[in-house]
This record gives sequence, structure tokens and C-alpha cells, in this order.
Amino acid sequence: MFALGLLALTAVLLIALTLWRRRSPGALRLIEAYERLNRSVGLAVESGTRLHISLGRGNLFTTRAGSALAGLAMLRRLAERTSVSDRPPVVTSGDAPLAILSQDTLQSGYRAAGAEDQYRFTTGRLTGLTPFSYAAGTVSTIHDESVSANIFVGDFGAESGLLAEATDRENTSLIAASDNLSAQSIFYASSQEPLIGEELFAAGAYVGAGASHEASLNVQDILRWLIILAILIGSVLKLGSSL
Amino acid sequence: MRIFTAAFAIAAGFIVLLGYFFPAQLESFRLLLVDWAIVIAGMAVLVGIFNLIAVQMEKIRNRQKGGSYGVILIVSLFITFVFGLVLGPAHPYMRLAMDAIIVPVEASLMAILAVTLIYASIRLLRRRVDVMSIVFLVVAVVFLIAILPTPFGPLLGERGNQALVDFLGMFSQGGTRGLLIGIALGTLLTGLRVLFGIDRPYGGN
Repeated sequence: MFALGLLALTAVLLIALTLWRRRSPGALRLIEAYERLNRSVGLAVESGTRLHISLGRGNLFTTRAGSALAGLAMLRRLAERTSVSDRPPVVTSGDAPLAILSQDTLQSGYRAAGAEDQYRFTTGRLTGLTPFSYAAGTVSTIHDESVSANIFVGDFGAESGLLAEATDRENTSLIAASDNLSAQSIFYASSQEPLIGEELFAAGAYVGAGASHEASLNVQDILRWLIILAILIGSVLKLGSSL
Repeated sequence: MRIFTAAFAIAAGFIVLLGYFFPAQLESFRLLLVDWAIVIAGMAVLVGIFNLIAVQMEKIRNRQKGGSYGVILIVSLFITFVFGLVLGPAHPYMRLAMDAIIVPVEASLMAILAVTLIYASIRLLRRRVDVMSIVFLVVAVVFLIAILPTPFGPLLGERGNQALVDFLGMFSQGGTRGLLIGIALGTLLTGLRVLFGIDRPYGGN
């Protein structure tokens, strides 16, 4: 019942803060990687190059789905913003349902921008079903498709090292975030402005995906403080009982 | 149609979620919905493979860079698919295709990855010189030294090595827990947004 109560509290906070954020949008702290992302989107449209967005291989039936869904929310907004470009963004993923969702999301973005006829289903790609086949397929996209910026948001493993190396060879921007600790450490070593931990889930808010994404950040902050409080109270009680 | 899709997705999501909290009332319905989802995900793999072929065909047709690899991929895919259907996945020839081609190729990619990671670490300081980068590199090197097998046994002795690993682990485990709590909170909020239909990755947005 505690879990259900926590879920209900989170849901109420999300709805209330979303309504509040619609009336008064909040200011977000500066995250260099997202600044770079927004710059890269503008540059890609102006220079006629392509954005490459990779959503990893987060299976939608596992807890890894969260990062994939966060990537899709960001993709929706990026598709809308880059639909006028000569070269549409290309999206790769290593999970079949995720690839289909990426196609749907791309199409939604184009539709919202009034450019649905520009949409091609081959821009949302399944590049492989195992970690390394996914990496091999994605590396060829990085090399062959006139990509100016690579955005990796989702569940990646050690194969992310190969992807980061490919972006470096092509001298293109890399903005990367993952829910996987191995991939986080690889991206930390490989990208100029690394995104750590829950910063992945802030992607939507920083690309202007709406009030609900800003509200999500506020709710995360509230819950984080509650957890800190619980840890501190627990530590004090434990210390008190051992004395 | 879009409203129907969204309504169905939201209803299914709520039933599956509530099924965990009220198993006596909703367990069977939850399992039925999850079974349907698994069947659809199985079909999605076929759609994904069709997409893979379409992308490669486009590359070949437009004579794009890397098109020749696309030819190899489609021919290999077709041969494996036909042989898999005729012989079955457990046939020795099919296993040979796995053991002699796919496993060695992935193993060699793993080997390249090891070199790639060392190279990335070396270039980290060229890319970004700050305190955290230096701490990151120093800890990685110290940890590697601590677990390095040598002909003389552990470099710092059994106890010394264990003390070093425990000391570093104290920080890394704390950091890991902090990161995982943050990721769990992010996942929770992302899931709720999808559940309420605020984010609709199934094309209803």
C-alpha cells in the first residue's frame, strides 16, 4: 500500500504542477549539453546536414523502457523543429518495438509541423537486434549519412564506446545520456559535456516539450528531498538504537 | 482513431499497473494484456527486419556510401532466413552460422571496444581538463592497478588490495546509489506521463 500511496502522491503532484507550469513556466538551470543540443539543431537545419538520434536498445517490457520513452519524448520535439530541413533527422534503435515507436513519433512531429508529406519511414531504423549488431549498424549511419550532430539518449551498454569513437572520427558533436552506469562512464570519457544520471530525463524539458516535462523535474526534486529526509531520519534512528 | 488508440493504450496501462497492486481482482486480465503485448512485440521484430531491408535497398538503389555492405547484409539475411525455416534453428548448420560467424564477429568488436575505451580515456584530458576528469582518470588507473593480475600476486598484497578496493568502493557505491535513485525517479515520472496520455509515443500526439 506504501508503493500505491507514493504512486498516487507522485501522480497528484505531476498533474498539479503541470497545471501550474502551464500558467507560469519556470526557469531551468543551465546544462551545457542541452545548450549544445539546441545549437546543433539550429546548425543542422541551416547547414543542410542531418541530426542522428539514437534511442539505444531499451526493451519496452523491462525497467529500461523509461529511458527509451524519455528519448522518444525528446525526439517528438526535435522532429517538429527539424522537419523543414533538407536532410531529415535519422533515428536508430536496437529494439524492434522501439524502432516502430520512433517511426510513429517522427511522423507525429512532421504532422505537427504541417510537413507530413516529408516523412519517410526509412528515417526510423532498426539497426540490429544484439548489442554489437546494433552498434555496427549505427556506426555506418554515423559515417555515411552527412551527420553533423549525434544525440544518444536511452539504454546503451558497453557498445556505446564504439558509437562514441565513430562520432569522434567524423568530428561531429556528441550529446549522450544513458540510464546504464557503464554507458554513462563511457560517455563521460568521450563527450565534451557529459550528462549524468537523471539529467537524461530532463531532455524533454530542455528542448521545449511542454509544461508536463518541466513539472516532472519539479516532482523529481520534491521526491528527491523526501528520500534524502527519509535517509537522514533512518540514519539518526539507526545511530540512536545502536548507542 | 487517434482518440481510440490513446484511450485503449491508457486503459491497458492502468489495468496492468493496478494488476500489480490488486492481484486477486486483476491478475488474470493483466497477464492477458501482457501476453498480447508480447505477441505484438514478436510481430514488431518482423516489421523491424522489413525496415532494415527497406533501408538497405534504398542505399543500394541510390548508390549511397556503404551500399555494397547492404547487398551482403540482404543476401546473408535471406540465406539464413530460408535455411532457418527449412532446417530449423537447432540444426548443426544453423548453429555453425552462429558459432563460426556471429560469435567471432561480436567477440572481435568486443576486442576493438577495449582498445577504444583506453584511447578515449587517454584523450579525456585533451577534451576536458577539470578536477572531475582528473579524479575520474586517477580512480580508474588506481582501480586497474589494484585488480591487475601479476606473476607475484596482487601488487599491494592481499590485504592492501582489498583495503584499496573497499576504500574506492565506498565512494563508488554511494555514487551509484545516488545515480540509480535519480534514474528511478525519472523513470517513474516518464511512465506516469505516458500513462496519463501526456506523452503519446504511439502516434497519438
